[in-house]
Amino acid sequence: MTPRPIHLADLTLAHQRRPAVHHVSGRFAPGSLTAVVGPNGAGKSTLLRALAGLHRPDGGRIEGAAGQVALLPQAAALDRAFPIACLDVVLFGLWREVGAFRAVPSAGRDRARDALAAVGLTGFERRPVGSLSVGQFQRLLFARLLLQDAPVILLDEPFNALDSRTAADMLALVHRWHGEGRTVVAVLHDLEMVRREFPETLLLARDCLGWGPTAEVLTAANRLRARMMAEAWAADPADCGRQDAA
Amino acid sequence: MRPAGRRLIRDLLLSPFIDYGFLRRALVGCWALAVAAPPLGLFLMLRRMSLTADVLAHGILPGVAAGFLLAGLSLPAMAAGGLVAGLAVALGAGALARATGGREDASLAALYLVALALGVALVSWRGGAVELTTLLFGSVLGVDDAALLLMAGTATLTLAALALAWRPLVLECFDPGFAQAVGARGAWWHMAFLALVVLNLIAAFQALGTLMAVGLMMLPAIAARHWARQVGGMTYAAVGIAALSAYAGLLLSFHADVPSGPAVVLAAGTAWGLSVLCGPVDGLLARWWRRPHLAG
Repeated sequence: MTPRPIHLADLTLAHQRRPAVHHVSGRFAPGSLTAVVGPNGAGKSTLLRALAGLHRPDGGRIEGAAGQVALLPQAAALDRAFPIACLDVVLFGLWREVGAFRAVPSAGRDRARDALAAVGLTGFERRPVGSLSVGQFQRLLFARLLLQDAPVILLDEPFNALDSRTAADMLALVHRWHGEGRTVVAVLHDLEMVRREFPETLLLARDCLGWGPTAEVLTAANRLRARMMAEAWAADPADCGRQDAA
Repeated sequence: MRPAGRRLIRDLLLSPFIDYGFLRRALVGCWALAVAAPPLGLFLMLRRMSLTADVLAHGILPGVAAGFLLAGLSLPAMAAGGLVAGLAVALGAGALARATGGREDASLAALYLVALALGVALVSWRGGAVELTTLLFGSVLGVDDAALLLMAGTATLTLAALALAWRPLVLECFDPGFAQAVGARGAWWHMAFLALVVLNLIAAFQALGTLMAVGLMMLPAIAARHWARQVGGMTYAAVGIAALSAYAGLLLSFHADVPSGPAVVLAAGTAWGLSVLCGPVDGLLARWWRRPHLAG
């Protein structure tokens, strides 16, 4: 269960050569609870996808993430009308244990039911996902994440579309994971919540504008810089060519 | 029921299959495919790849035509040619999808137009209108022993492969990002899946024709959406609809003297229309007939 540290070494992630994350270096310490904040298009989701192994670095390296990471994607990225039952979605969280062919042990089914109960979806086992609301679907993805039981947990805008009570329940889940010593990284927009609940913050606007204790990172000056940098979009930029010592 | 009525029904519905061996063979072959192809169509539909199925069906035509040019109406030559062409198009369509970032519909349309034109040109070069019609739209007379074995073998292989690959295929359809993140080798399963699609189209082309073979795969799958809410139930519904369509279509082909491919596809199309109208899930009648809401 003990997570290993994750290092970003001069990491650049690009979409069609346009950098979304630009020369970022730093470290997610084992057991840390970090919020990733920044304006739209600042590369937050891309960074999470790269940590989950879904986006290959265009420069630099990610060290220590492989094999210990579970990602909660943005619910909007999935087909919510897909004809599948809730329990089956949650059971996919056991993939690393059962793979493509092995039978799901009855203990695994019990864990899946417990996970559904933990996110407040008791009795939803046979319900098709198409009948869920956006918030219920998000909780279903939380349940799958519970079953994955990963040392490092990445959450991409986990509280969007949740009512305040459900958001509080899911936040309690995040703190439970933190208490169990897991590394948790969450992309968030609610700065009040970040200040209140997240000890560490990574402020991202393509470049890393600050990474450390939340109060030191979320200064007014930093946030102004973040807004300015993310909106800049050169029509015809040259190659970057910058080489940082990693 | 009066004896005359019973005899009429017997003459219409059963006698053709009792009296004519070739029709019986076609029915058995189509039923084999009706069990195997609709589940594939279901996954194609769920991945929003219904158009890709059409492209593959058109894509095998130039290969089949090349086999026909080299060896005449010989099943092994045409099937081998179709297999090569179909796999090439499957790979090409996949590459197009990646190159266009998922916005491949225009390129796919271009691809299947070219494939159709090339296939028709190749067949017309040496063959006549009869051969062209047979290749495009199928003929029940084309189902000889070799074709029947190909159909049965394909169905067996497909069912075994689907039983093995069910879980990764569902996961890859529902959440490809998750599949990739947990190392489910989704892309690999997907390629094997497309190879099965090509194989089923080739097994069907003798009976149904290259252009119509895709109908038995897609239409029952699309219709099944209106009968069940989960992949499992949809599969059973699709297989049932396909089997009925094959039976009704072959009867139509016999009585009305139309090529078997269009007849089976018309039957499947009727089943689809009825499903849209009467199906319990999102059917039009169910929507019009507003029952009072439930208590909770």
